[in-house]
Amino acid sequence: MMLLLRLYYEFFKAGLFAVGGGLATLPFLYDISDRLGWFTHQDLSNLIAISESTPGPIGINAATYVGYLTAGPLGAVIATLGLITPSIIIIIVIAQMLERFRSNPLVDKVFYGLRPASTGLIAAAGFLVFKNALWSSEALSILSAIRWPAVVLAVVLYFAIKKWDKHPIWYLAASAVVGIVFHFSAL
Amino acid sequence: MKELWTLFITFAQIGGLTFGGGYAMLPMLQREVVERYGWATEEELTDYFAIGQCTPGIIAVNTATFVGYKRRGVLGGICATLGVVAPSLVIITIIAAFLQNFADNPYVQDAFAGIRVCVCVLILRAVEKLWKKSVVDRPSLVVFALVFVASAFLDLSPIALVLLAGAAGVVLKALAQKGGDRA
Repeated sequence: MMLLLRLYYEFFKAGLFAVGGGLATLPFLYDISDRLGWFTHQDLSNLIAISESTPGPIGINAATYVGYLTAGPLGAVIATLGLITPSIIIIIVIAQMLERFRSNPLVDKVFYGLRPASTGLIAAAGFLVFKNALWSSEALSILSAIRWPAVVLAVVLYFAIKKWDKHPIWYLAASAVVGIVFHFSAL
Repeated sequence: MKELWTLFITFAQIGGLTFGGGYAMLPMLQREVVERYGWATEEELTDYFAIGQCTPGIIAVNTATFVGYKRRGVLGGICATLGVVAPSLVIITIIAAFLQNFADNPYVQDAFAGIRVCVCVLILRAVEKLWKKSVVDRPSLVVFALVFVASAFLDLSPIALVLLAGAAGVVLKALAQKGGDRA
């Protein structure tokens, strides 16, 4: 019981102070590992590999995985709830304020600047994923660094999505099959 | 009651199909939340992402809470958020319990190498849609370009960028008004 409370408290803290998305929770996990020894650094590197090979936000995957290692299935639930509690409270407060001040012209001006910035941040994140997926950094020359099969897949997907606009699951599933058939991880 | 369930299930689907962090969830959000249910507009999604960047917590969770709250108040926020985390809870618990070597499996690695390419393209399409709604004139194009470069190449903190952009919005609008008065 004490362990579960402690688990909730530690992940509540991580959720409260990790600003800027799931990867920002990782330093907090290393800190918990050092202070409390619930799991090892090796566990955390496993976690990152697993997180990259499963759906779901990275921070949530991390809390679930580490919570499970510490205290079983109940630990997984408690750690995850701890991580999301601060967000829920903070966002509900902000959402209430937004509702109240929506007609305020100042808020309008702030969002006029925020929207293109938000799009810019998302584009930058997308650009980095693009670089990692289509570009192998170890290669010797620029031409051989480009992962051509991945580029071909990306171009085909782009036009397929533009043409048919089906649910993303179909494109994700098709890409997984292409990846397996053509051994994409070895490219 | 029924709408709370719809919120939970919809966000569970979104969470279960988000590969690689909060941004990857954007295409799914646009499809389900904006286009299918009309729970939020494209503009509101960019607002939520901007706010999610500078508030604590995971962007996926913050966005789910926002949309759920807007629809059905506090309870809606909680239902949507529990929905978005539910698939992770189930999948990761199973992997932690039985499949420790899951990530080393060559088929899993190949499949996810393919999926990562798809995620890139989905994000690109999502950005195209957001672009139309957020880059509306020359000043907003400048803000977009500066933030993109600062974030992709200079590795500046998104919090600082979001705060600066908010201030820039106020200044740019004030300048535009002044220019308008003179004209």
